[in-house]
Amino acid sequence: MKISGAQAFIKCLEEQGVEVIFGFPGGAVIDLYDELLKQDKITHVLVRHEQAAVHAADAYGRVRGEVGVALATSGPGATNTVTGIASAYCDSIPMVVFTGQVPTMLIGNDAFQEVDIVGITRPVTKHNYLVKKAEDLVPTIREAFHIARTGRPGPVLVDLPKDVISAMINFPEPQPIKMRTYRPTYEPHPGQIEKACKAILKAKKPVIYAGGGVIASNSSEELTELATKLGIPVTMTLMGLGGFPGTHDLSMGMLGMHGTYYANMAVAHCDLLIAVGARFDDRVTGRIDAFAPHAKIIHVDIDPSSISKNVGVDIPIVADCKHALTAMNSWLDRTEACDAAATVKKHEPWRNEIDAWKKKHPLGYVQDSDIIKPQFVVEKLHELTGGNAIITTEVGQNQMWAAQFYKFNKPRNFMTSGGLGVMGYGFPAAIGAQMAAPNRTVIDIAGDGSLQMNIQELATARQYKCPVKIAILNNNYLGMVRQWQELFYDKQYSATVLDVAPDFVLLAQAYGAVGLRARKPSEVEPVIKEALATDNTVIMDFVIAREEGVFPMVPAGKATTEMLLV
Amino acid sequence: MKHTISVLLQNKPGVLSRVTGLFSGRGFNIESLSVNQTLEADVSCLTLVTTGDDAIVEQITKQLHKLIDVIKVTDNSETDCVEREMILIRVKAEANTRAEVLRIIDIFRGKVVDVGPKTYMIEMTGNAHKLQAVVDLLRPIGIQEIVRTGTIAMIRAHKN
Ligand SMILES: Cc1ncc(C[n+]2csc(CCOP(=O)(O)OP(=O)(O)O)c2C)c(N)n1
Ligand SMILES: [Mg+2]
Repeated sequence: MKISGAQAFIKCLEEQGVEVIFGFPGGAVIDLYDELLKQDKITHVLVRHEQAAVHAADAYGRVRGEVGVALATSGPGATNTVTGIASAYCDSIPMVVFTGQVPTMLIGNDAFQEVDIVGITRPVTKHNYLVKKAEDLVPTIREAFHIARTGRPGPVLVDLPKDVISAMINFPEPQPIKMRTYRPTYEPHPGQIEKACKAILKAKKPVIYAGGGVIASNSSEELTELATKLGIPVTMTLMGLGGFPGTHDLSMGMLGMHGTYYANMAVAHCDLLIAVGARFDDRVTGRIDAFAPHAKIIHVDIDPSSISKNVGVDIPIVADCKHALTAMNSWLDRTEACDAAATVKKHEPWRNEIDAWKKKHPLGYVQDSDIIKPQFVVEKLHELTGGNAIITTEVGQNQMWAAQFYKFNKPRNFMTSGGLGVMGYGFPAAIGAQMAAPNRTVIDIAGDGSLQMNIQELATARQYKCPVKIAILNNNYLGMVRQWQELFYDKQYSATVLDVAPDFVLLAQAYGAVGLRARKPSEVEPVIKEALATDNTVIMDFVIAREEGVFPMVPAGKATTEMLLV
Repeated sequence: MKHTISVLLQNKPGVLSRVTGLFSGRGFNIESLSVNQTLEADVSCLTLVTTGDDAIVEQITKQLHKLIDVIKVTDNSETDCVEREMILIRVKAEANTRAEVLRIIDIFRGKVVDVGPKTYMIEMTGNAHKLQAVVDLLRPIGIQEIVRTGTIAMIRAHKN
């Protein structure tokens, strides 16, 4: 029996286990929307801007450990998805984005709402497809999901011409996907594992540097095992937070531009750096020749092109982090030369050295009585949620304070636009996260500037009864840029003062959400408590010390030991 | 250093733009490029010449490999291979220079493929050095136009 392309599309999503998709309709995808209405297995979340659909799908996928799905119409719908796709690409987030396209016979004609979205998104997708023949539709969708979720994950775009969606086709039986040109390496080379383990046993000052790959591969348990077995201190990238418990004694928190003093000092002085699922991004390394200058480097990554891209690596291990860490742990367990307890003891002087740095310059701030410090808000959020909330962030100072002061003990609890740094990510991401985990507390730690980039999603949150909480660290500035201007541009606050700002409390109310405000430190806790007890979308507007800065800070292009500390 | 890289690709629409887009997007340069079908109708071979230090070329090959439609990437600089380009040259050929032109192209085993009232069109193959040498020799006589293909390369058979 033949079915329409649109029906096949729905069947494909079901086959992939998709329960929620985020989208916005238009002429080119109207057939898909007609089919969506006729079924009840897949919930469609109607966003108010296609960019939000993609960020929501991103966070949904991250919370669930599945492939997020977004849907947009042709032309402007498709172009609106680009920022979200680029963000997911930079952060290696598994996702499939479907876009409508004009009928195949009109492609290339400058037809109404025609854009070459495959051409536009080529550099920001793991792969993309224009489905030209109806019989290719189903195999293409299956391949798209396969590519998105395997190897180094990433977004895949599938462009669907209108006539392909309306054509009548046979639905082919699912078959194992065999691709001649795409076979990611999961298993590590045993010889490399042995080399790495021997180097680990030899090291006197080892550091584990864990990135988003630990989260993507679900290997935080294996990582924790390795670190605790041998007493190795761990630092995480922004994307890696939660990959190792943030409150653990061995955790040094985040490294890099706004990392902790002690994490950066430890990396600068270590003799072995064990990089796991991280990519030596410039925000982590600072001046590249001064990064881990005394260290031998082990690098575990599933993407061979990440290895030795920015920093030369001594022991490369191309593999899925989980497989590699498991292999390392079992090598260490069965090797007589490895006396774990003795190794933990051997590293004690090194840990003491790090503790001394920690005592010298802990992460901190001064909360005086009359004005709210943003760090205090984040600490209170941590305390009052028991550290168990899903936190999303916008971009800027708010993002860094969240990363520094909310101690993540579990993976998949922190969603941020790390690689691309998209203002406007956090709120739609919070909606996506809430759809993925309806019973969890989801908080967007927001900046007043960023939130306005996707504020329209208040309607979406209300429509789908997402009780997400938005905590605005309101400095009435584009604060992070202002901080750079303060430090490096003679305090010339060019275009960073938000002269006109909405009243966020009234704005929340206008959408039927709840708005709360705190102006004094003593009001922070009651506001958070009330928000957490409210079964509705809530904006908490925290009026914070306007010119508070994020510290430590490694100025761009400087060595990570050249931190500004105030 | 110059590297000649061969890339086997799935012969699908848009594949070439994935390769060239990768080069422009990542700031790698392409000095020449040539692409055509292989024995298998659905596989193309793309040969490109690029310059860069070892780290850059390593990144280029890894990034090429990462493209979903790429089957195989070989950096020919690491192997013993035959490299060829083809050139078409329109050169002035008047009574007093004709013999000289023919002598030069004969030495380089080129041939005349078209004759005009005052010009010859010459076809020649060889590696980039040889073709450049011919161009340099003919230039004083008067070259009007040249068209040159990208390099293609094939690994030599293993001896013994
Ligand atoms: C879409 C986008 N545009 C511009 C920037 C550059 N940028 C980075 S942080 C920042 C300021 C953000 O202001 P706000 O959201 O109020 O956060 P704050 O730093 O004040 O906490 C800007 C403009 C960006 N990251 N994303
Ligand atoms: Mg701000």
